[in-house]
Amino acid sequence: MADVYLPSTLPPLFPGLPRRLELDASSVDEAIRQLDQRWPGMRDRLVEGGPAIRPHIHVYVDQERAGLNTALEPRSRVDVIAAISGG
Amino acid sequence: MSKVMVLVGTRKGCFVLESDGDRRDWEVKGPFCEGWPIYHVIYDHDTNAIYAAAASEWHGATVWKSADLGETWTQSSEGLGYGDDGMKMSKVSSLAAAHGRLLAGAEQAGIFESQDAGATWKLLTSLEHPAAKDWNDPEKQPPGHLGVSAITPHPGDGPEHFWAIVQGYSLFETSDDGETWTPRNEGLRADWPREYDDIGFCVHKVVIAPTDLNRMYQQNHCGMHRSDDGGQSWTEITEGLPSDFGFAAAVHPHDKDTFYVVPVDPGHARTMHDGKASVWRTRDAGSSWQRLHEGLPQQDAYLGVLRHGMTNDRLDSPGLYFGTTTGQVFGSVDEGETWNELAGYLPAIASVEVAVVE
Repeated sequence: MADVYLPSTLPPLFPGLPRRLELDASSVDEAIRQLDQRWPGMRDRLVEGGPAIRPHIHVYVDQERAGLNTALEPRSRVDVIAAISGG
Repeated sequence: MSKVMVLVGTRKGCFVLESDGDRRDWEVKGPFCEGWPIYHVIYDHDTNAIYAAAASEWHGATVWKSADLGETWTQSSEGLGYGDDGMKMSKVSSLAAAHGRLLAGAEQAGIFESQDAGATWKLLTSLEHPAAKDWNDPEKQPPGHLGVSAITPHPGDGPEHFWAIVQGYSLFETSDDGETWTPRNEGLRADWPREYDDIGFCVHKVVIAPTDLNRMYQQNHCGMHRSDDGGQSWTEITEGLPSDFGFAAAVHPHDKDTFYVVPVDPGHARTMHDGKASVWRTRDAGSSWQRLHEGLPQQDAYLGVLRHGMTNDRLDSPGLYFGTTTGQVFGSVDEGETWNELAGYLPAIASVEVAVVE
């Protein structure tokens, strides 16, 4: 199970969404789709047309910058960051 | 007793200013919408809901909704996009509610509709025109200045009849719910070369007189204009104003000849002239203008007002309201003769609308 950490900007949009949860997913894309199934609309908050992760959302897998196609290992740590975006 | 709600969209969320029918004392509520940048907030009289057009640099574009006059909010962008291979959806710029549905103008240019009170959206039209490749090209217009900046339903006709402004290009009219569009720019002025015969005019704001639906006014990049034929042709009425440039406009709800604008510096500043805050009013359909300033700051007041930044209610003695890019909201209940500051320290204001709720 991947250990997923989400930014503080998301729980106010999706009631019941924790900041940290475990997901059984083989890629970042699959993890986001699983989140979207449980909290509909989540994918649109993280992914734009292309598809690609939104420019000001940074995803790290085991501390390496990741994209949608980045693979997840069973014990990967996934950090989803709302990057600095102006004042 | 009726409650008057001034709905304010700001760079850092939505605010609601509440008063009673006297409109003397105001309570500021908010910020709502989790502090997202809000570009336009409207009230839907059919459903008593508030909707806020939003775009976050982190989380994209969405429309927020409150079904309880601002107490609680949800958001949905389901269907509000052009798909993985389509145009970029950078923000929802404008909203309109009429005939039991919502319309949302987007950047890049398209109009989405919701038939289920904002739960889901679908693309209604992307305004087919040979110039669409230009108005959606960031090389030709800077990001943040593209798209459909306003949608104006016809107040008397069915849902298929409305106008839309494509920022920097044209006012368009459709009578078949967006299937076809007719540019409505006859008589307008453009101080630049135009690539197309019928478009290339920078329309900022269009309003319709409730007492005569053929009477329209517009604030253009190049002048203030009046139409007496439902927007089919325009006559410039700028003479007597300190500049031909501005964004905001409002028409009196009971007198078709009374119209308000906020002229601003047309250069980089885009603030009110000479540091003196002013609203300008005509009572004769643009033949003459009066500067209205009592109660507004008259020294070092470099205030800007954007296209959705001024509105009025329709009470017997109508209230007129505007919000500034420096976060003040001013209101007048005597047709602009005197003004009061309703809020002084909000974030930069993009839109001001008003609802009277029984």
